[in-house]
Amino acid sequence: MMHSNKKEYARFLLDSIHREIDRPITVMEVCGTHTVAIARSGLRELLPEQLRLLSGPGCPVCVTDDLDLDMVIALSRQEGIILATFGDMMRVPGTESTLLQEKSKGADVRVVYSPADALQLASENPDLQVVFLGVGFETTTPVVAAALDQAVQLGLKNFSVFSLHKVVPPIMRVLLEDPEVKLDAFINPGHVCTILGTEPFRFIAEEYGKPCVVTGFEAVDILEALLMIVRQYREGRPTVEIQYKRAVRPEGNPVAVGFIEKYFRPVDTRWRGIGMVAESGLELRDEYGQYDAKKRFPLNVQPGVRKKKCSCGEVLKGLKLPYECPLFGKVCTPAKPVGPCMVSTEGSCAAYYRYGRKKAGVSS
Amino acid sequence: MCLAIPSKILKIKGHVAEVDIGGNVKEVNIMLTPEAKVGDYVLLHAGYAIQVIDEKSANEIFEAWEEAYDALQ
Amino acid sequence: MSSNDEVIILGHGSGGALTNRLIKDVFQDAFENPILDELLDAAVLDIDGGKLAFTTDSFVVDPIFFPGGDIGKIAVCGTVNDLAVSGAEPLYLSAGFIIEEGLLISDLKKIVQSMRSAAQAAGVYVVTGDTKVVGRGNADKIFINTAGIGVIPAGRRLSPRYMQPGDVVIVSGTMGDHGLTILAQREGLSFSTPVESDCTPLNRITKAILDAGGDSVRCMRDPTRGGLATTLNELAVQSGKGILINEERIPLRREVVWACEMLGLDPLYLANEGKVIAVVAPDAADCVLDAMRSLPEGEGSVAIGQVIAEEEGLVLLETELGATRVLGMLEGEPLPRIC
Repeated sequence: MMHSNKKEYARFLLDSIHREIDRPITVMEVCGTHTVAIARSGLRELLPEQLRLLSGPGCPVCVTDDLDLDMVIALSRQEGIILATFGDMMRVPGTESTLLQEKSKGADVRVVYSPADALQLASENPDLQVVFLGVGFETTTPVVAAALDQAVQLGLKNFSVFSLHKVVPPIMRVLLEDPEVKLDAFINPGHVCTILGTEPFRFIAEEYGKPCVVTGFEAVDILEALLMIVRQYREGRPTVEIQYKRAVRPEGNPVAVGFIEKYFRPVDTRWRGIGMVAESGLELRDEYGQYDAKKRFPLNVQPGVRKKKCSCGEVLKGLKLPYECPLFGKVCTPAKPVGPCMVSTEGSCAAYYRYGRKKAGVSS
Repeated sequence: MCLAIPSKILKIKGHVAEVDIGGNVKEVNIMLTPEAKVGDYVLLHAGYAIQVIDEKSANEIFEAWEEAYDALQ
Repeated sequence: MSSNDEVIILGHGSGGALTNRLIKDVFQDAFENPILDELLDAAVLDIDGGKLAFTTDSFVVDPIFFPGGDIGKIAVCGTVNDLAVSGAEPLYLSAGFIIEEGLLISDLKKIVQSMRSAAQAAGVYVVTGDTKVVGRGNADKIFINTAGIGVIPAGRRLSPRYMQPGDVVIVSGTMGDHGLTILAQREGLSFSTPVESDCTPLNRITKAILDAGGDSVRCMRDPTRGGLATTLNELAVQSGKGILINEERIPLRREVVWACEMLGLDPLYLANEGKVIAVVAPDAADCVLDAMRSLPEGEGSVAIGQVIAEEEGLVLLETELGATRVLGMLEGEPLPRIC
């Protein structure tokens, strides 16, 4: 709930943005939680026309490649396996199915709030194998690493992690290098930076001369960040600034980073719609191979062929707005999604569809 | 990928803390914030504390926003 | 992605868009009659010059015992409430039990005693019933089906069709309490909350609403499965009007807000078992609110929005920033998330 002074403050921020913006600025966020926060607050319609907000590939669920999903689905079909996953992954479509559908056909898929719950499942079901689906960016990876640490301490023989974790800075570099992608500044994911701090993002300002503001998730946070970006441009001083001071320190959380580095190593990985991005994924280190579900349960899954071609890739890069995809709102809706951008509650397409004015997508 | 909320530590036993989340109580893991003490506020994500944060910020007390307001004028 | 059409998934039971599609494609298609097609909480039947309301409901909640109630209490209240919001005086209930082999008889007795208390509070009688037992594993401890009948006084007409632009949308108290209580008991979530189910009979408060507002009361609903958002969407679609809600006015318990933040859920989609939504002509809104607030089950009553002429079939939310966005229908079962 907003205090009346918070509302006044929001008004002040909006007015300042309108008054101070002196050029067209395209700002991209790369965090699904920001996508939803922006859509839910309706703030897009209150911003000046020169300020464009784009949604980038910020939803780790949305950017999971088809083949990865098909492997997870194949795993869920195996006997003797409990697949524990965050709820986010349940409705994401692989080439032919989703975890939710597999569950309704009898696969033992359980939604958990925390990897700690998956550890509990492993302790309680010694005769079954618990595979935890590790998805998420750097906010979540240390949490999964911590759970792995506990599994190692407990000597759990029936717990493993299937890692689909990804890393944020490399994808931002890819976007900055892409001549088709027009962006002038980033709103940085607040909680990723709680873990990483600001150091890994300095290249955005120093090498590419673009502002980068680490932002919280309330409407007021986002407005503050947008004003900070407008001012950075006016004053000609692109830097990495922290708006979300209450939760982010420049040094981040070194203990959490330590856990990530202990259990995971960077690998090249495929992002849906974008392709292979160097050193952007995380796999379990070899010395923890026994906790790696990919090693414990080798799978032979062929890449499937998508029947319907959607513009998820372009939407993820901010090249198209969701309603510019020919399938949006007609063939592709949250009830019958074609691509992950529509399925995931955080996907750009879902956000537009759910919160946008016209359901079959015309106005923002 | 960033759903994390402030919570207040009520009790600690080893790596497990009992926290208050707006009146709800939950046991969470504080391995990632070893410096956290009883009475601290921590940011909670997927059952683990990921950062210690200060109380003023956690409660989004009116003053915190007013200060920010003044600073940006 | 056609499998939603092939196999029933849990989402079909959530009360949102999937459920509605199932009802339309399978049930309405087969049963084909204008009374059913109204899709009101209770069927309104013309019998010998009077009007009866007739409703049925099945209760499969897990866990069967929870803070604030149990499956029996919900069974009675749920049915009484469907009748009550239809403008009927609830009179008689049936209760059919499908019991899993192995259920403790002491548990069954507890549940039935709850039903007795709830029926007494509501002033109704359980007059007929049935019992079946199925083998272990074939029912989740106990399922209860109820049917209820009530009398609608002559001249009373309640329907979303009567909703007009300018009408006021009122809710009787905090949203999402029951849904959250159930969620907190679920395996894998394990948090404790002071929030309890709000399960209660609504026929006293609906009578107060109708006594105070008379013909100015357009319709009433109880926002059960799918929550406030889903019920408002149903009203918008069935009335052919738009509904504009002020987000800040929606009463929510602090614990519900925070638990939902933690889990990535929206309290507007969580079930309520003791709350009523009333759509009322503007001139009657104040006295209806007074009447509601004079009862304990309505002390938190508040006007949260209004019916509008534009955006037919849509529910819009005026956000804390003063912008508007769509409040959509629930698509499938709400799942906790980290993103």
